[in-house]
Amino acid sequence: MNSVVRRYRLFLLLALAQVVLSLWQPKMGAKAMSVSWQNFLEMVTIIPPIFLLLGLFDVWVPKKTIIRLLGERSGTTGAMLSLSLGAFSAGPLYAAFPVAATLLAKGCSPFNILIFIGAWSSIKIPMLLFEASAMGWRFMASRLILNIPGILIIAFIVSRAAAPYPATDRPADYHRC
Amino acid sequence: MTLTLYCLALLLLAVSYAKDRENTKKSVIKAWNAFAGILPQILVILLVIGLTLALISPEKIDLLFGRQSGWFGVLAAALLGAITLIPGFVAFPLAAALYRHGGGVVQIAVFVCTLMAVGVLTLPLEIEHFGVRASLLRNGLAFLFSFGVAFAMGGILQ
Repeated sequence: MNSVVRRYRLFLLLALAQVVLSLWQPKMGAKAMSVSWQNFLEMVTIIPPIFLLLGLFDVWVPKKTIIRLLGERSGTTGAMLSLSLGAFSAGPLYAAFPVAATLLAKGCSPFNILIFIGAWSSIKIPMLLFEASAMGWRFMASRLILNIPGILIIAFIVSRAAAPYPATDRPADYHRC
Repeated sequence: MTLTLYCLALLLLAVSYAKDRENTKKSVIKAWNAFAGILPQILVILLVIGLTLALISPEKIDLLFGRQSGWFGVLAAALLGAITLIPGFVAFPLAAALYRHGGGVVQIAVFVCTLMAVGVLTLPLEIEHFGVRASLLRNGLAFLFSFGVAFAMGGILQ
């Protein structure tokens, strides 16, 4: 019981902050609540299928398949596959990290996992369609074209300088500066 | 999109169940554990989004994004995009409205870029999976790169 409270203490603190805000500034409080609620609904609709697929993937896809497709020796094909995997995904960035962690544990290379995260964050196809309808095709297309080399460059630099490790063999200072 | 995901998940779950009940049970338990593991962080993120959007009104954002806001506006827009986490269905209509009301292309582009690629709010979650160095480096580089993209877009679109 205590550990549950500990894990959720930041959440409880912020929930309290929203209640205080609602009492002090009812209009702002209502806005905060409605935005949080809207996002919560988005989260509970999109997260379950992603995690179910993740569980199935974890159990059924053998490690050597991922090593072959996305591992250190997967080359350009692996990079392109990672980019497409990220781009064809759905869901907010916080859902991407558990997916990336599973791929990493299955033998996906650090370079490819960073491409995947970059694509998931910046060039998701459903998001691009929405962007084009709001901002115009020229805005969307120029951002897309400029972003792809950026994703590759950032993935290259980060994978060389500070590669992420799978959960099983992390260095002791992994979570420290 | 969401519907497709549900159909796919349920279809594969059914196939998996037909092939091996034990493995399927294991995969659902894994899915639940992964979900329960990040739920506290996700809930925190959701509440922070709610609080920031309530405290920062669109009118205040408007001031930052004007064409005359110059370098200061670009930097402020980039920081705002980096620290906030606004879902696309809120951010793009907002950005489009700012654009129509005379917002600068560079300011809006840098905001959109950092909003997507840089996540100060999701940093604890990222560190948990990717470590401190990789997470800070990735976010730092993405922040810098957003300026390059935004200025290039300013050149192309103006």
